Amino acid sequence: MITKAQKKSQIKVITGNAAAAIAAKLARPDVVAAYPITPQTEIIEQISQFHANGEMDCELITVEGENSAMNAVMAASLAGGRVFTATSSWGLVFMYDAILAAAGARAPIVMVNVNRETPGIIAVSSGQQDMISTRDAGWIFLIAEDCQEVLDLVLQAYRLAEDYDIQVPVMVHYDGFYLSYLSEGVDVPFQEDVDQFLSVLKTQPERTKLVPGGKLGCGSHGILLGYLELRHKHVSAMERAKAKFEQIDKEYEEIFGRSYGGLVEEYRMDDADAVLVGSGSMCGTIKAVIDEKRAAGVKVGLLKLRMYRPFPSEAMIKALKGKKAIGVVDRSLCFGFKGGPIYTELKAFETKLGGSKMISFIDGIANTDITKINVATMIDTTCDLAAGKDVREVTWVSYPEAQEEGGL
Amino acid sequence: MSEVRFHGRGGQGVVTTSKILANAFARTGQFGASFPMFGFERRGAPVTAFGRFSDKPVREKTQIYNPDIIVVLDPSQRNSAAVFLGLLPGGMMLLNDSDNTINVSHDNLRKLGIINANKIAQEEIGLSIPNTVVVGAFARMSGLLDIEPCCEALQDYFSGKKLAANIVCARRGFEEVELFDL
Repeated sequence: MITKAQKKSQIKVITGNAAAAIAAKLARPDVVAAYPITPQTEIIEQISQFHANGEMDCELITVEGENSAMNAVMAASLAGGRVFTATSSWGLVFMYDAILAAAGARAPIVMVNVNRETPGIIAVSSGQQDMISTRDAGWIFLIAEDCQEVLDLVLQAYRLAEDYDIQVPVMVHYDGFYLSYLSEGVDVPFQEDVDQFLSVLKTQPERTKLVPGGKLGCGSHGILLGYLELRHKHVSAMERAKAKFEQIDKEYEEIFGRSYGGLVEEYRMDDADAVLVGSGSMCGTIKAVIDEKRAAGVKVGLLKLRMYRPFPSEAMIKALKGKKAIGVVDRSLCFGFKGGPIYTELKAFETKLGGSKMISFIDGIANTDITKINVATMIDTTCDLAAGKDVREVTWVSYPEAQEEGGL
Repeated sequence: MSEVRFHGRGGQGVVTTSKILANAFARTGQFGASFPMFGFERRGAPVTAFGRFSDKPVREKTQIYNPDIIVVLDPSQRNSAAVFLGLLPGGMMLLNDSDNTINVSHDNLRKLGIINANKIAQEEIGLSIPNTVVVGAFARMSGLLDIEPCCEALQDYFSGKKLAANIVCARRGFEEVELFDL
């Protein structure tokens, strides 16, 4: 992150969840649907408080479940409103049909998903499996590393979702527990600056709205070529979202003085032989370990994914091309594949990477801590690969038994 | 960077202790980051929290395995192996206990602070929630920050009479903690 001279701001020590709630408040939504689930509950608690004490002038719908939450914000969004909701894990999958419908209807919803393991094995623990389980829903996915980026991404998400050329719902993801409950200093922008940042949307053509009595359907039926047309338009909008997000990141910097590099953030990549690819809160720990390794002369860098859907393949190829070895760290599983999901997806572009070798690390699932020791192990293994040594394709870093059980 | 691990039980304000300290550090122009680790939120269940305090931005988002300082809000855990796990040489411990005799020991422990935080909290706020007393005692024992930013930080968590009473708690913690060099 590049921080220029501070403009108008105030540092507050708040959690990732509070940062999300404050960002939602600053975006002035018309409708918020609220339903609690660990580790997201604090967001809707704070929004409820803002609403109760008059700081937030929105319709707050306390729904009876997440499926209703998504349907409520989808309807409000299609009626032209700015909307917000937040969920996690079981809540996200309980609204799965509505998530698909909202994307198909091109409702520009902004939702926070606090990453947590999904149903399957019951666990109240961190992991990106919920994100991975909805990756093909047709939403744009953004991922935050720290509390500041949570706030910044929620604001940027409105510019992206509601942009006339995009009109695709955006989900902002961050790690449950490790980030949702992390308290740290956050530069909270003033309302007038946020209003200015979002005012660009008012200068654009008005998006199509559902109006009572109006003879217009939305997200109803598409058959044959009609279906193909809508799907192709959606896919094209996802592609456009990449350049649009880069532009939004730059405009954000002009107003707030913070830029993250757009789709991906490169950390000490310039002369790196070995690179870790990561996302979310693990990146902070990885940066700290990279600094220690660099001090010892190890040429290692980090490529952080800030956007995961659409998959920023061009930006990743540009950053990774010619590196000797790439270790992709996944905080989730890709059932049916040995390696993690992001590894598997990047693997599709292997021939464009100029001969870089790739390996997969699985870590941080079910709250297992991605420790500095684990990160050092991943860096050492990736450096071994860069040096031409034979290493495993897939390593479950916190579960050495996986390497002994065979099968991988 | 100082790495601090907090041990207590749900309801004692373990998480809030770590938050207030991160807040207080930010007020001195330094950087603080803290987070707890628990599954379901339950009163009485053991809770661990982690705090990192530094003059540089804190980037690590991982639990603390080698603390410089351990803070124990629940006296029943004072001799638990989990509390001392990984304590670095020259380590400090702050203990909330009604008994001010030295009844803990560890090879790496060099400084011990004992504060009867439950009693002070009972007197000042009428509840045995020791957290704000512990904040003040931490400032004194660690020497990492003054009591004033701690009192200022309390404004973000309390207001009115509760704020005033909790400021008294923090100041009494700072004044009344007993320090022992081991």
